[in-house]
Amino acid sequence: MKLTFSPADERFREEVASWLSANLSGDFAQLKFRGGPGDEHSFPDERKRWEQHLAEGGWTCIGWPESAGGRGASIEQQVIFAEEYARAGGPGRVGHIGEGLAGPTIIEFGTEAQKARYLPGILKGTELWCQGYSEPSAGSDLANVRTRATEGADGRWRISGQKVWTSLAHESDWCFVIARTEAGSTGHRGLGFFLVAMEQPGVEVRPIEQLTGTSEFNEVFFDDAVAEDILGQPGDGWRIAMALLGFERGVSTLGQQMQFQNELDEIIRVAKANGAARNPMIRQRIAEAHTGLRLMRYNAMRMLSGDQTDTGSSSLVYKLHWSSWHRNLGALAMDVLGPEAELLEAGPYQLTRLQALYLFSRSDTIYGGTNQIQRNIIAERGLGMPKEPKGR
Amino acid sequence: MEFRFTEEQRMIQDTAEAFLKAAASPADVRAAMIQPKSYSPEFWQRLCGELGFQAMTIPEAYGGLGLGYVELAIVLEQMGRRLACSPFLATVGLAANAIMLLGNDDQKAALLPGIASGETTATLAWTSPDTARGGGRWDDSAISVTVTPCDGGYRLDGQLRYVIDGDTADLLVVAGRAPDSNGPEGISVFHLAADANGVTRHWTPTMDQTRRLATIELDNVRVSAEQSLGQAGEAWPALAQALALGQCALAAEQLGVSRQALDLTLEYTKERVQFGRTIASFQAVKHKVADMALKTEVACSAVYYAACVASEVLAEDGDSEIAGELEEAAAMAKGYCSDTVYFNAGNALQLHGGVGFTSEYDIQLYFKRAKASEHYLGNGAWQRERIAALLLDTEGEQ
Repeated sequence: MKLTFSPADERFREEVASWLSANLSGDFAQLKFRGGPGDEHSFPDERKRWEQHLAEGGWTCIGWPESAGGRGASIEQQVIFAEEYARAGGPGRVGHIGEGLAGPTIIEFGTEAQKARYLPGILKGTELWCQGYSEPSAGSDLANVRTRATEGADGRWRISGQKVWTSLAHESDWCFVIARTEAGSTGHRGLGFFLVAMEQPGVEVRPIEQLTGTSEFNEVFFDDAVAEDILGQPGDGWRIAMALLGFERGVSTLGQQMQFQNELDEIIRVAKANGAARNPMIRQRIAEAHTGLRLMRYNAMRMLSGDQTDTGSSSLVYKLHWSSWHRNLGALAMDVLGPEAELLEAGPYQLTRLQALYLFSRSDTIYGGTNQIQRNIIAERGLGMPKEPKGR
Repeated sequence: MEFRFTEEQRMIQDTAEAFLKAAASPADVRAAMIQPKSYSPEFWQRLCGELGFQAMTIPEAYGGLGLGYVELAIVLEQMGRRLACSPFLATVGLAANAIMLLGNDDQKAALLPGIASGETTATLAWTSPDTARGGGRWDDSAISVTVTPCDGGYRLDGQLRYVIDGDTADLLVVAGRAPDSNGPEGISVFHLAADANGVTRHWTPTMDQTRRLATIELDNVRVSAEQSLGQAGEAWPALAQALALGQCALAAEQLGVSRQALDLTLEYTKERVQFGRTIASFQAVKHKVADMALKTEVACSAVYYAACVASEVLAEDGDSEIAGELEEAAAMAKGYCSDTVYFNAGNALQLHGGVGFTSEYDIQLYFKRAKASEHYLGNGAWQRERIAALLLDTEGEQ
């Protein structure tokens, strides 16, 4: 059992760090630490250019196999890249849904023609993706999909229905959509996995104004929109959709923790400056936050090292742990600031960084499987407790 | 990235698990805890003779196995799972560490082989009655035995409380301080035979019967300068490290207690039927158990991270950067595991319903051990304050 990376990996770390420090400069310097969670609306065009610049340097999709155009980077190297990217203040990646979700799914389930069609745009950062899973009646109950797909006489699939909570939909070129291919089917059966162009008459994106006053999420309406492709066969949709969620876990988490560390550092700075650091209750909570973040790192290292334990694997608890931790951090930030926490950066509703943390962190325990769903997953899959009864 | 057990470490885990499951069954534990020493001497002999766990962290030069702290934590976790009654924690997790960190070569050669062979049991006696002030203080302010220069050596006077296995150990490692000294200044550590003149020891019966505590009175106990472990009056930094290693050890044990409280709860709730279904099928139960599992996973990461750090502290050619994280790593592990062990044992008791309140079901034993281990060497709040001091009381504070 070791805490350290190999010398070869440390050399890779230096390579990444020096490339980033040389390239996050000039016009790109303004993007440092921008575009992350809660700030996704900022600099969209500049961040697209940055994505393409990253691609020119060979730093997109590094974990993809070489046969698909990636570097075939090891888990260690992917972790190191995520850490160094976050440390350098690399801006929120506009290509992350393509690189982390759509791409791996196409590599796994796509035909050669589909790979040739879709992967290069992701690799080059020229085609951005969004995810069409959730619907008004399919939140935690993700299989309750109502969006329909019908195959026309021309052999093309057409999509009708509504998706919701779609991040980056207004910036994206493509959306992967699960839709019901078999009329009258329910639940996991009769679904298909479609690749749909966003620029077409049958697709309308409406931003959702959130409690923050900003609009990171959207509703997407499909009205007889043409699907460019179906991945796998009609009826494979659920299997592919679940496999995609499996790609989501893992290596980006250590980069995310670097952002968390930046936030905690800011809170500690405020606490020292305003004297909250002498308040025994605040001291307890800061120490708890620090401990939680450090242990999150070792959880992730255990998970990525492939350690499985007998009380459910570390990967099952990961989401519940970080989301709860982050939500608590948001509340701590406000309590360290005291009455100052109320005062906006500017009117009419421009939040400070810590206010944005407080409000946005409330979404962490909801999206991607609520804390309640996570506990069901831990209990059922990890601990073998009985499944929830279904009421249909 | 290799933050996982090696094959060899897996084997140690399997061996420890199998041995303790058989030799420290609930019936064995209930029998052992009412024995005169609060443990079974036969069990201790088997543990030492057949498995050699007590020798793990002692260097080969002194008759030990020269293994790391991860291996020790693996064994302690399994001991915690079974609530195995033995002088292992006091001897290996406390006294041996103090000797290894403070002793010179001659002292180590004189003291460690007996521990490694299993002949000698030992404990670290450092906490005065003052330790309970303010709800528990586990730093230099807990030390109040006076160390007065006398006849080329020293005399020791005072009372030590809450000493684990204090009245049964063969060898005492005692911490005291110069008269009128304060804080980390003036602290000395001595080794002495438990039957030395002027030493009176008595058992203080405890709520958690699986671990024995004692009070030791020192009345004009004479020790020679050669019995001083480390420089007399300047022992605190190394003793603090030994205590941090003790926290890592106790945290590993707490992880095992937490895990077993979870497992017993799973076993019980999957069998117990109410309203025509197992109570494990109720979401109120599932979600509480999921929280127990989450904390157990995080505690596991905390323990083995701290154990990796502790290994570097004890290794001769250890990585000094990693070793430098000991204070923080130990505080995080002991703090997180202390909260977890109480959370898990308390919820386990609740989820057992009425039978959890009976003497017959084992969960009560875990509930009692949880609180006892939470306090010893500092509970969660104590550890968090130490971490806060490291983070917040640096230069630039107003």
